[in-house]
Amino acid sequence: MQVKFAEYADAIVVRLDGELDEHTAAQVRQTVDVAIEMCRQRVFIFDFSKLSFMDSTGIGILLGRYKKLKSKGIEPQIYGANRQVDKILQTAGIYSIIKKTS
Amino acid sequence: MKNELNMKISADIANDAFVRSTVAAFCLPLNPTIDRIEDIKTVVSEAFTNSVIHGYDGDSSKKVEITASLTDGELEIIVKDEGCGIANVQEAMQPFFTTKPEQERSGMGFTLMSTFMDDMKVESEVGKGTRVYMSKKIAEVNNA
Ligand SMILES: Nc1ncnc2c1ncn2[C@@H]1O[C@H](COP(=O)(O)OP(=O)(O)OP(=O)(O)O)[C@@H](O)[C@H]1O
Ligand SMILES: [Mg+2]
Repeated sequence: MQVKFAEYADAIVVRLDGELDEHTAAQVRQTVDVAIEMCRQRVFIFDFSKLSFMDSTGIGILLGRYKKLKSKGIEPQIYGANRQVDKILQTAGIYSIIKKTS
Repeated sequence: MKNELNMKISADIANDAFVRSTVAAFCLPLNPTIDRIEDIKTVVSEAFTNSVIHGYDGDSSKKVEITASLTDGELEIIVKDEGCGIANVQEAMQPFFTTKPEQERSGMGFTLMSTFMDDMKVESEVGKGTRVYMSKKIAEVNNA
């Protein structure tokens, strides 16, 4: 799993490249939290376009990051989820709190 | 004709990717759609992860047993551990129910398993272990 982030004037984009499960969870949490810590932008985008697998572990991670971002007044968004990841996010009702962006 | 895969593997979360890919690869001769393959990977990952983190509480010296069988285009998966068991299965299967909220679990594992499969049953006994049964039609005709 590779986690990379890019900074823009208005947003930070965190790109997950690989498979997100319990085995890769700790690394993803740690890296994403560094990005949240340094985020002074208004928007925080989870770029899932290179995320080839995710299970319910990813839901827990997203909900945890959502709380951190909200407490800092930052708006989370989700970009580029593939069909399976999208289905999982939908089933868990994630889109009712984190918007999809294109 | 019935084709069966049975494996017993260390309850090490590092084995999760191997286990889900292996069950998915076992189904490939039936030419399932990509969506179905992805569903299979997801549910196997859910059940295996539960056995490792809940059943055995991270003790990787223990083993998880996975059985996959194909009969006339129908896939049956059994994931079994001899871990701590579940006191109230009904409650455990509710969406968002988790006994490990401090570890950022969402309690969506069983919900995903039952949503993505045609059928799912959980048998569990405290102190004895847990057995998750799932089935799904993945091909119209069995041409294996
Ligand atoms: N194999 C198992 N052995 C013991 N307890 C289990 C097992 N599988 C599930 N459970 C219990 O059932 C609950 C619900 O499981 P479920 O997979 O739905 O959610 P979770 O694992 O807690 O969170 P998530 O899967 O979203 O990360 C768990 O919190 C745990 O208490
Ligand atoms: Mg689970």
